[in-house]
Amino acid sequence: MAEPMGFFTDTSVCIGCKACETACKAWNQLPAKEGGHPPMSGDSYDNTVRLSGEDWRHVKFIEQFSEDRSAGRWLMMSDVCKHCVNAPCLEVCPTGAIIRTEFDTVVIQTDACNGCRLCITACPFGVIDVNPVSKTAEKCTLCYDRLQVGMQPACAQACPTASIQFGPIAQLKATATARLSQLQAQGEKQASLYGADDKMLGGLNSFYLLLDEPGVYGLPVDPKMPTRNLFWGSVSSVAAAVVLGVVGLFGFRERRAVDESDADA
Amino acid sequence: MKAMPMPDTFFTASPHWGWLIVFYFFIGGIAGAAFFLSALLHLFGRAADRPVVRTGYLVALSGVIVSAILLVVDLSRPLRFWHMLIQSNTGWPMFKAWSPMSVGSWAFALFGVFTALAALGAWAEIRAPASPLRRLANGLPGKAIAVLGGSSGVFVAGYTGVMLSVTNRPLWGDSSVLGGLFLSSAASGAAAVLVLATTWRGRRDATSLEWLQRVDRGALMLKGVLLVAVVVSLGAAAQVLVGIWGVALAAVLIGGVLVPLLMRRGRWSIPERPMMVASALLVLAGGFLLRVVVIFSSESVYVMGAGVHGP
Repeated sequence: MAEPMGFFTDTSVCIGCKACETACKAWNQLPAKEGGHPPMSGDSYDNTVRLSGEDWRHVKFIEQFSEDRSAGRWLMMSDVCKHCVNAPCLEVCPTGAIIRTEFDTVVIQTDACNGCRLCITACPFGVIDVNPVSKTAEKCTLCYDRLQVGMQPACAQACPTASIQFGPIAQLKATATARLSQLQAQGEKQASLYGADDKMLGGLNSFYLLLDEPGVYGLPVDPKMPTRNLFWGSVSSVAAAVVLGVVGLFGFRERRAVDESDADA
Repeated sequence: MKAMPMPDTFFTASPHWGWLIVFYFFIGGIAGAAFFLSALLHLFGRAADRPVVRTGYLVALSGVIVSAILLVVDLSRPLRFWHMLIQSNTGWPMFKAWSPMSVGSWAFALFGVFTALAALGAWAEIRAPASPLRRLANGLPGKAIAVLGGSSGVFVAGYTGVMLSVTNRPLWGDSSVLGGLFLSSAASGAAAVLVLATTWRGRRDATSLEWLQRVDRGALMLKGVLLVAVVVSLGAAAQVLVGIWGVALAAVLIGGVLVPLLMRRGRWSIPERPMMVASALLVLAGGFLLRVVVIFSSESVYVMGAGVHGP
C-alpha cells in the first residue's frame, strides 16, 4: 500500500475564489446544475449551497459582522469529503460499492452502486448525494485517477493560496501543527485543527484548520460511526420480538383457560 | 459569537427516502409480522385457527410482492437491485453482518421464499387437498416453513427500525429504540389486518379472533411504551418534533394506541364487530402515520450551507 494521502485545508488563507470547485467539476466532468443557470441562493457569495453528486467541492462563506457592520470578518472554507479512516459510508454500504484505496482514501465505485442511498444517511458531514446523470451516489474521489499516475488532485493544484494542500498525511499533519502554532502566536486564539488527530472517526484524511467553532462552519462537533447504535438497536428489536412471542404463547394459555371455564359453566 | 447548539445529526444530508419507503416500512412490517403471528397460530394453535393461518400467509405473500416492487423502484438504479445480494464484480455473495440493510436484504429474500412456500401450501390445503403440495401446509415441512418464515418475518418487521438507528440522520440516529418500536407497531398492524380480513369475509372464527385481540393488546401496549421511550431517548434532537410532527406523533399515541386499547377494555370478551373493525382501522392508521412522522420529520431538518450566520 502506498503512503496514506490526503488534504490539509487551511481555511485561514482561503479567499473564496472557488477555483477548487471549478477545477473539480472540470476534471471529474461533473454536470452543471439547472442547465447551467442555477438560481441565486441569497446566501452570501455561495450559490453552490452544499456538497452533492454534482459538486464535490463547496466553498462556504460565513459572514460574521456586528449589527451596524462596523466590525466583522469573513470566514471561508472549501468543504470536501473527509476521507475518514473509519468511514461511516463505507461501513454501511450494502453493495460493497464503497472501497478504501491504496492511498487510504474512500472511493465510491459508480458501476457497483445501485443508488440505495444508505451512505448518504451514514455520512456525518452531509458529503454524499446522487449524481443525476449516473444516478448513483457520488462524492470526491480525492482524484483517484490522478493519484494513480502521480498527479495531485485537481482542486489542490488549482488553489492559488495553498489553502488546499495535498500530500502524505504525516507530512500534512506536521505542516498543520506548525501553522496552528504560528496563528496562535499571532493572537488567533480560536484557531484549531479539525480531524487532524485519530480521535475523530480514526482521523480525517481530509482535515482542517478552522478559525471558529466547528458548528459555525456547519461541521459536527463529535461525528460518530452509525454502528454505535447497532447493538442497542438490535437489543430493542430482539427484546420486542421476545415480548411479542411470550404474549402470543400466553394468549394460547389464556384462551384455553377461558374455554375450560366456559365448558365447566 | 456562539454557534447555535445543534445535534451533530443535523449536519447530515437527506437520502431522499420518501413515500415509497414509508409504504415499504408499513407494508413490509405488516407482511413480516402477519407471517409471524400466523406461524404462532400454525405451531401452537388449533385446527379451528387454520383459516386465519392461511389468511395470514396470503397477507404476507401479498405484502412481500408489493414491498419488493417498492424497494426496487426506490433504488436510483433499479436494475442493479441484485447488487444487494451478489457482488457485481466477483459474483460472490455480498453480506455485511454489521450493515442492517445488507442483512435485511438477505432476510427479505429468504422471507420471500418461505412466504411463497407457505402460501402455496395454504392454497393446496383448500384447492388441491390431494396434491403433494399440501405437505407444505401440514406435517414437518409445514412446521419447518412456519419456523423459518416466522423468524425471517419477525426480522423483516424489525430490521427497518434498526437500520434507521444505524445512520447519522436527525431522529433516526438519535435513538436506538426504533427497531423495537417498528416491530411492535408491525405486530399490532398485522393483528389488525388479520382481524379485518376475518371479519370482512363474514367469518366468526371466534377462537382465533380472541387470540388475535390478546396479541394486539400486548403489541399495542409495547408500542405505546416504546413510542415514549423513543421520544425520551432523543435528547436535544427532540426539537425535530417541535410543531406539526410532534402533534402527529401525539395523534399516533392517542388515536393509534390508547383509544384502540380502551375500545377493548372488556376483559376476555370480544368486542362486537363494528367496535373491532373501528379499532383495527385506528391501529392501522396509527401505524402508517408513525412511519410518516419518523421519515418526514427527519427529512424536514435542513441546515443551509454553513448553517450559522451573523454574530
